[in-house]
Amino acid sequence: MASTEEIRSNLAEIVNEIAGIPVEDVQLDKSFTDDLDVDSLSMVEVVVAAEEKFDVKIPDDEVKNLKTVGDAVAFIERAQNG
Amino acid sequence: MSKTRVVITGLGATTPLGGDVAGTWEGLLAGRSGARRLTDEWVQNLAVQIAAPAAVEPTEVLERVKARRLDRNAQLAVVAAREAWADAGLEDSGLDKERLGVACASGIGGLHTTLANYDALKSNPRRVSPLAIPMLMPNSSAAYVSLEFGAKAGVHTPVSACASGNEAIALGLDQIRLGRADVVLAGGTEGAIMALPLAAFGMMQALSKRNDDPEKASRPWDVDRDGFLLGEGAGILVLESYEHAKARGARIYAELAGAGISADGHDIAQPDPTGSGARRAMERALSEGDLTPADIFHINAHATSTPQGDIAESLAIRQALGREADHAVATAPKSMIGHLLGAAGAVESIATVLALHHRVSPPTINVDKLDDQIELDVATEQRRLADGDIAALNNSFGFGGHNAAIAFKTV
Repeated sequence: MASTEEIRSNLAEIVNEIAGIPVEDVQLDKSFTDDLDVDSLSMVEVVVAAEEKFDVKIPDDEVKNLKTVGDAVAFIERAQNG
Repeated sequence: MSKTRVVITGLGATTPLGGDVAGTWEGLLAGRSGARRLTDEWVQNLAVQIAAPAAVEPTEVLERVKARRLDRNAQLAVVAAREAWADAGLEDSGLDKERLGVACASGIGGLHTTLANYDALKSNPRRVSPLAIPMLMPNSSAAYVSLEFGAKAGVHTPVSACASGNEAIALGLDQIRLGRADVVLAGGTEGAIMALPLAAFGMMQALSKRNDDPEKASRPWDVDRDGFLLGEGAGILVLESYEHAKARGARIYAELAGAGISADGHDIAQPDPTGSGARRAMERALSEGDLTPADIFHINAHATSTPQGDIAESLAIRQALGREADHAVATAPKSMIGHLLGAAGAVESIATVLALHHRVSPPTINVDKLDDQIELDVATEQRRLADGDIAALNNSFGFGGHNAAIAFKTV
């Protein structure tokens, strides 16, 4: 299983590719919308890219709960372990 | 009531001859062709394998994240609009954005996005981009141009096939004359060099098949012309009320005197062979601009290099200008840049404005033997235009029978 840091780092690369945010800014306590300026459409792109990268399903209903990078990393960890 | 005077204060373009206006104008004056044989894998099965691609990839100019959110159409438009905006000196002008409008045309729209997402859909619907609709919608380019500068007057997308670019300029002129805006970024964009348009225009027998000699393929008015060459790019002009331009001390290239719009009411694809629709468009442009045929010393013709279209336009010009057509130097930039569809009228309006500004007509290349049915004074080399107050026409006609003529004059 990937470590929390590995997931955060891979997710940071996805966020960088899609929204141009520097990878070092994508930290667990950061809010996607308030801190990283990822808009709702880009967030959908991030989610789909994350699904493919981590081989998990992130239901559309779940996306609104993923407010911070930490929320997303925790969801992916649970989904991978579940 | 006297009409509001509207002038051109900024120009921006990205074309097969250059990534900006200077490179494009230099290429036109030099008689350089932007055509080449395509080498992409997708072209191998096509009957037509030549085109005139943009000289500078827009993705090399735009910020990476911006570029990935824009269809190629909008990328080209934003590149041209940024140049026009800077050229007009609007950045620190204190312009009221509620008085800034946009009219950015496209003939086809975001086809790259449409096709790429259709492929994604077939593999897995979740791979369809959430940005697909904002990227493929025909108004996407106009919207992104407006977002670039915060334009808050009307933002418009005229769609009338190959007349679209000129129609956008006509619409921008109206917005200013109706008092709805002081400044309008007007023009067109098209990035449609792809397998589907090449195959589809090819099946219409509209394209030149000179695969082995791409630079000779587009040959308006030549007796051996066999169809148009597909080009891509964008052109944006800054239209501004004379009062507004004067008040801020803007440089004025030329005056946008009038626009004439008409329809053939004849056929979805063939031009009316009598040229009457095109004639009416030119007559209306003159009349709206308070001009007479005697004022016209330069014509930037639509002249796409199709056998019928070039003759119908020549006939129409003769009907609209009569004997005065004798002193109108005619040129066909499509001989060099190909046919930019929804961007054609915009890029060629820029060429017309610069021809008046510098008093020189670019040449038409590849006229080895002038078709004797073409009764125009064709510039086959650079030609000096007359001194004094002179005016010029730029014609654009589109599938569907759309005709749009724009009249510019020196200031």
